[in-house]
Amino acid sequence: MAKDTKHQLDIVSKASFLDASALTIPMLQILKEDGTLHKGAEAPDLDQATALKIFHTMQFIRILDERMIAAQRQGRISFYLSSLGEEAASIGSAAALDSADMIMGQYREQGALAYRGFTIEEFMNQLFSNERDLGKGRQMPVHYGCARLNFMTIASPLATQIPQATGYAYGQKMDQSGTCTICYFGEGAASEGDFHAGLNMAAVFKVPVIFFCRNNGYAISTPSQGEQYVGDGIAPRGVAYGMKTIRVDGNDVLAVYHATQLARKLAVEHNEPVLIEGMSYRLAGHSTSDDPSGYRSRDEEAGWRSKDPLERFQKWLVSQGWLSNDEAVSHYAEQKAMVLEALKAAETIAVPPIDELIEDVYDTPPAQLQQQLQQLKAHIRKYPEAYPKTASRLDQER
Amino acid sequence: MAKMNLLQAINNALDIAMTNHRNVYSFGEDTGAFGGVFRATSGLTAKYGRERNFNTPLVEQGILGFANGLASQGSYAVAEIQFSDYIFPAFDQIVNESAKFRYRSGNEFNVGGLTIRTPYGGGIAGGHYHSQSPEAYFAHTPGLKIVLPRNPYMAKGLLLSSIFDPNPVLFMEPKRLYRASVGEVPEQEYRLEIGKADIVKAGKDITVLAWGAQVEIAEKAAELASQDGIDCEVIDLVSILPWDIDTIAASVQKTGRLVVTQEAPLTNGFASEIAASIQERCFLYLESPIARVCGLDTPYPLCHEKEYFVDHLKVYEAIKASMSY
Repeated sequence: MAKDTKHQLDIVSKASFLDASALTIPMLQILKEDGTLHKGAEAPDLDQATALKIFHTMQFIRILDERMIAAQRQGRISFYLSSLGEEAASIGSAAALDSADMIMGQYREQGALAYRGFTIEEFMNQLFSNERDLGKGRQMPVHYGCARLNFMTIASPLATQIPQATGYAYGQKMDQSGTCTICYFGEGAASEGDFHAGLNMAAVFKVPVIFFCRNNGYAISTPSQGEQYVGDGIAPRGVAYGMKTIRVDGNDVLAVYHATQLARKLAVEHNEPVLIEGMSYRLAGHSTSDDPSGYRSRDEEAGWRSKDPLERFQKWLVSQGWLSNDEAVSHYAEQKAMVLEALKAAETIAVPPIDELIEDVYDTPPAQLQQQLQQLKAHIRKYPEAYPKTASRLDQER
Repeated sequence: MAKMNLLQAINNALDIAMTNHRNVYSFGEDTGAFGGVFRATSGLTAKYGRERNFNTPLVEQGILGFANGLASQGSYAVAEIQFSDYIFPAFDQIVNESAKFRYRSGNEFNVGGLTIRTPYGGGIAGGHYHSQSPEAYFAHTPGLKIVLPRNPYMAKGLLLSSIFDPNPVLFMEPKRLYRASVGEVPEQEYRLEIGKADIVKAGKDITVLAWGAQVEIAEKAAELASQDGIDCEVIDLVSILPWDIDTIAASVQKTGRLVVTQEAPLTNGFASEIAASIQERCFLYLESPIARVCGLDTPYPLCHEKEYFVDHLKVYEAIKASMSY
């Protein structure tokens, strides 16, 4: 075939258009839905302690999610975002990283944060916006963040974390830190401009970043196939940006773990950004503010319940002789009791003092802001019954 | 001291910052080996390598997203947006991310190392999309600092302050003056205070307040007015967020009159914020209404730029009208 030397392109003399069928990307699955390995498949390099830590974190997050949705229904917290059904994607990937690697999440990766060691008290303090919340009660529930655990604070705007992850990883590379950044987002967020900006820049700059797309089928009510995109999902976009790309079964924790391990090696050792698309399903609503029965059938949901990542992993752990079903049950009960206790404790803790309203806008509050706070305090003192959360504490504060 | 134009002063500030700190990075569209369309980053790639001064793909939201991430990692990120007219794709990254990064995390994380450099303003036959002065959009966003230098000396000292300020800074460069403004600049490192207005010329009759490229217009108008026996106090606001209300209020309490000039359209411009705040602070001292001399409420024009532009004659007329009110 003739070659165009300037662009290094093969030359053809007959017009033909490519379509999506030119690139179809398969899905890595190691564990079958029945919890046994595919024939010829090998389990990844995963020791018993790590495997059990993953499983217990998955259990914990499921309990937390279920319990906090109930707490929202009871009016005890304002809002909640569940990761029900997607536990393997966030926890399996986080487990394959080093604790010094940065995690930049969207808002459905509480599993990754729990795996890192965020305590149940820390979760609850954030959810109840109380004065022990690391975020000082400023953001809606589930917008966690923790510098100690290298977990970047969650922000509501979608996909903004994607080019930020590229920038963060650039700094890691230049510092020769031997670490990488993992960046989570959904398939809906992958329609945002920031997705394309961030992936292209990562490929151009060759930075140690792993983009992990949780393709969970829905962006609030909008189904992925046909309404969010008509191509072959998100993975081909990684290839188009010149990036190593893999698609995995997001409900198979072994596939997720294995792919992320390999991706981390590419990122850290070769400064190769990687895109992982984890295929999963958002079993709960988008948040406590929507009702999935308005946009999908119970049959559809039931079909996905049978692909439960916890059950699948539990069967494998039992078959390995690393866990008994009784142990799984008793551990679940223990964690549930802890969650309930922490919930009760956190809801009695006061909101942060009013002075914190003006802190952290800048490194120090400017004069105009201090003046605005003084005016506000004078007003609260005048009408204390209208501002009960802060009025009673005003004069006890610093 | 060395004679520098405004571009050279900016280039010199970047050079010093990059020499003294290994983790200062400069990037944007065409800012690499080429040195940027205005040449502000000229020579930096040759000196520091393409990993520290580099081209980005053509995507403003990506530049700011990347810069936010790099700054949150602890580096100093100096991002150039080629013209401030093109900053809007990055608006979300600036107002929802840069500005809120520290606050929303409870100070767990911050992007204090971020500086956004962008040329702004008209007078260069640039039409709608190479002439705008969009500072007021950003001044409505708590968490940002907005700095506008008027000459080479201010540009160098303020840019060094901006890069190392522990908060994200939008540094708006008056591109009309890039080569037109020349002055003596110290060769070594120095920093100027952000948030402190500079009294360019003391006077007793009327206060004329401007920032960035408008300061020299205000000075010219004051010169004209002095021929009529009017003694103007000309103040450069230096930064509009935070802004030095104390210096302005003290001046207006002395003179009793205030003219504010800005290149941007009248309605909802930063001059309006100043007028509102100063009348609160100085109500009983005012001898005449606070005057705003601004662009018209139109998109920035091309063939009628001269008529549209806030020049010294318009400011001079506003000074006289205020004096004879």
